[in-house]
Amino acid sequence: MVIWIILLLMTAAAVMAVLWPLSRHRAITAEQLDPDTQFYREQIAEIERDRERGVLQASEAEAARTEAARRLLRATGMTANAFTNLGEPALRRRRAASTLALSAIPIIALALYGAYGSPHLLTHPPKEQAQAQGERLDLLAAVSQIETHLAQNPQDGRGWEVVAPVYLRMGRVEDAVKAYEAAVRSLGPSADRLSNWAEVMVLAKDGLVSSEAQKIFEQAVKLDKSSPKARYYLAVAAEQDGQMDKAKQAYSELLAESPEGAPWANVVRQRLAGLGVEPPVAEQDNAPQIGAGDIARMVSGLAERLETQGGSPDEWARLIRSYAVLGQRDKAKATAERARQALAQDEAGLKTVDAMARELKLTDAEP
Amino acid sequence: MFVEAGHFALALALGLSLIQTIVPFWGARTNDPVLMSVGRTTGLAVFGCIAFAFLALTVAYVTSDFSVVNVVENSHSAKPLIYKLSGVWGNHEGSMLLWILILALFGAVVALARNSIPLKLQANTLAVQGAITIAFLLFILLTSNPFTRIIPAPAEGQDLNPLLQDPGLAIHPPLLYIGYVGFSISFAFAIAALIDGRIDAVWARIVRPWTLGAWAFLTLGIAMGSYWAYYELGWGGWWFWDPVENASLMPWLAGTALLHSTVVMEKRDALKVWTILLAILTFSLSLLGTFLVRSGVLTSVHSFAVDPERGTFILGILILFIGGSLALFAWRAPLLKQGGLFAPVSREGALVVNNLFLATACATVLIGTLYPLALEVVTGEKISVGAPFFNFTFLPLIVPLLLLLPLGQTLAWKRGNFLGTAQRLYAVLGLSLLATMAMFAIAHGGPVAAPLGIGLGVYLVLGSLNEIVTRSWSRGAPLAVAWRKAAGLPRSTWGAVLAHAGVGLTVIGIAATAWGVEGLATVKIGDRIKAGDYEARLERVVPRIEANYREDVAVFTIFRQGHELGSLESMKRLYVTRGMPTTEAGIMTVGLGQVYVSLGEVQADGSVGVRIYYKPLVLLIWIGALVMALGGGVSLTDRRLRIGAPARAKMAPGAPVPAE
Repeated sequence: MVIWIILLLMTAAAVMAVLWPLSRHRAITAEQLDPDTQFYREQIAEIERDRERGVLQASEAEAARTEAARRLLRATGMTANAFTNLGEPALRRRRAASTLALSAIPIIALALYGAYGSPHLLTHPPKEQAQAQGERLDLLAAVSQIETHLAQNPQDGRGWEVVAPVYLRMGRVEDAVKAYEAAVRSLGPSADRLSNWAEVMVLAKDGLVSSEAQKIFEQAVKLDKSSPKARYYLAVAAEQDGQMDKAKQAYSELLAESPEGAPWANVVRQRLAGLGVEPPVAEQDNAPQIGAGDIARMVSGLAERLETQGGSPDEWARLIRSYAVLGQRDKAKATAERARQALAQDEAGLKTVDAMARELKLTDAEP
Repeated sequence: MFVEAGHFALALALGLSLIQTIVPFWGARTNDPVLMSVGRTTGLAVFGCIAFAFLALTVAYVTSDFSVVNVVENSHSAKPLIYKLSGVWGNHEGSMLLWILILALFGAVVALARNSIPLKLQANTLAVQGAITIAFLLFILLTSNPFTRIIPAPAEGQDLNPLLQDPGLAIHPPLLYIGYVGFSISFAFAIAALIDGRIDAVWARIVRPWTLGAWAFLTLGIAMGSYWAYYELGWGGWWFWDPVENASLMPWLAGTALLHSTVVMEKRDALKVWTILLAILTFSLSLLGTFLVRSGVLTSVHSFAVDPERGTFILGILILFIGGSLALFAWRAPLLKQGGLFAPVSREGALVVNNLFLATACATVLIGTLYPLALEVVTGEKISVGAPFFNFTFLPLIVPLLLLLPLGQTLAWKRGNFLGTAQRLYAVLGLSLLATMAMFAIAHGGPVAAPLGIGLGVYLVLGSLNEIVTRSWSRGAPLAVAWRKAAGLPRSTWGAVLAHAGVGLTVIGIAATAWGVEGLATVKIGDRIKAGDYEARLERVVPRIEANYREDVAVFTIFRQGHELGSLESMKRLYVTRGMPTTEAGIMTVGLGQVYVSLGEVQADGSVGVRIYYKPLVLLIWIGALVMALGGGVSLTDRRLRIGAPARAKMAPGAPVPAE
């Protein structure tokens, strides 16, 4: 409520800035109405002062004064037309200006603020924010403490395991991969640890399950057959490799064996739907939809650009990977071929593209 | 809550700017002083609103309010406070907000000048200023809104571009913007004069401090940007003819020309139409610079906003203001009362030559900057126009200008005497030749141009100081009298002398870069690397962890011909949030030269790629710019009323005519 009063007062002050001068009659000095004569008078006085100081010689001062006086005469002739200050038309103009200010300022401000602002956040409790900030500072302090500790005791697997998800939350994905790796090294493999490690590897590659990650997931499944995370990502890997039947089967099995209301169930159902299988239970999904259209548009934009203007090996590799992630393996293969032609002169570039093709197991398409 | 109030204030400023444009203009048309005076209060109110909005954004940055998208994208809670503050304008949206904040500030100052500006001129100027504010407020609100919110707020921000986390870059944009936007006032005055159909010495006198101030700040801003590029990018270069640099150089060249033509107008009531055109062109080039940098048509370090929608919007603003003002110029300029004619050999004649050279040089830079863009649009071919082009076109224009500079400065108003003037410069010329020959003798090898450049610089410095000497000292007079006379010279004379001497210092600094030496090697701890007389020994490489980056610090001991001079640190940093590495060159200042050590890759075996430069007199480049800006400042304090005093022919040729 208070904020609305503040906004109201701000608007009132803005309107007053226009109305106030309109209500005053004698705000203008004579100098401003006729500044030219004033200017030349001052100039002549200045010349006189200079002569007294000895900066100007008498003959020069005389010449300068003559010139200034000539301009003064010209100026006085020009500002003869008087200003209209009073009378009926002036009053009407003033009323019109007041009306304009009273209407235009609030309407423009409210319309633009309403369209682009977030008025619903006006009453957002600031307490929550302060709390979030306190937590953040605690978190940062904790992270740097753990980092110092781990720098001295790199064998502390527990520490690495604690800090890894924090890194992930802070957007430091590469650091999270390293932390999980260190945790596995010190504490030994467990299904959860391994699948967490491989999961951040997948995140670091924008959703692609690399063969390296796949091996770790397989190891995790060996340790614990029911590990849902590892099984899910293995299914995703199968999907990305183009083994659709295998993927469908793996998803369906995972869904069938999942307990009621498992947090991952919806994601799996979505995956199944993406493969054209009607999921067993159609449930409303609350998770925000990834804009599939946006991604497709971005990929096709990149493809078009590379096709017409060419690009760096890394860009070709990115396009190949994007097709693979979207499950369009034929296109990925075709793009790899195309890239090899486009980069025929570039040995290092060919290596990059071939490495990507091998990673995505597209190699069977090669001669 | 505060953020939303700031957003609302910005919308309110738009409504107020609309009034500021319409009502005073209407008042000026109908000769109604009450309507005209509305411009003043609205000008102040607009400034109040925008300042409040800027404050709100600053508070959001300082408190790391990550519910604001702009803060998320450009800040980090662990960032040092100074970069939280500079982060406000270290991004597209915030820098545009700073742009209009300065615009509104200048509008407010014009509004506060109650008695020094004629009411009608003030009203028209504020109306034009209001129109510019409207355009840029709409641009911010519609395409680059810094107050967009995101709920739920992310836990942490994405940090500011590490290249911008630097004290130099913290103050570079405000300086540059004060320069750019300051020219908007000259522009607004010019448009007001065109609308009103009258322009005279009073106009020139009112505009002069604005142009002078804007020019001084632009000089500082360019120098700051150049020094930043020198130490932060790690290449040791100080000017790259990068389109972004050119974008700031063009208004500077045009502004320099404007500064000089205003003097002619003030003293001799001539060059009126040309001055108006220059005022329009200077601000147009400022707008063009804003467009080039902000639209992302260039791909370079500076273009941190890449968005075609914004580009189109700024292009629209550009067309509206440049096209509109030039059309107005074509329509109204013939109605302006022309000033008197003057002799070619005179101070004003020399200033016309100065204007011609500067305008041509500016056009050269414009072509060199826009040609690659035009070519890319038409053929899709991407080329870059670099130093060779500008060395072949820009230098041949600037060198003759610099050679003529002391001559022009010594010439008298109205009727000059070329030979008499040249005589007064004999001593200067002799000393400069001596300096050049000394340089040839000292420097073994190196390009021929370097000693010539030094000679030119010395000639400029001495030529400027000569002005003071000839005007205060006559043969046989005691030194005390001369000193008193020199101190009594008008501040504008001292300002001009300083500014021109500053140009000379910069020229010396630039010429001396030809003697720079460099060494490149991969060194292990204890190894030495050599550049000319200077050597650096790598002592140790230590890691260091700071709040938002970690770095490898290489400590070097510097020797000159075997004598130890001290140690310097050169860093390679990694900013963790963005995963972006930066180089922090280690710099040791020796006299006016610098030893510059930049790190390359750290190899697996602990050896480091190191590049070392020794750059003699390099600091003079920026000291010269500082002196130039100081000259502008000194001249700004001169409140004298200026009028050209014609010299009588019967006067002795040796007696100089005061040229204040």
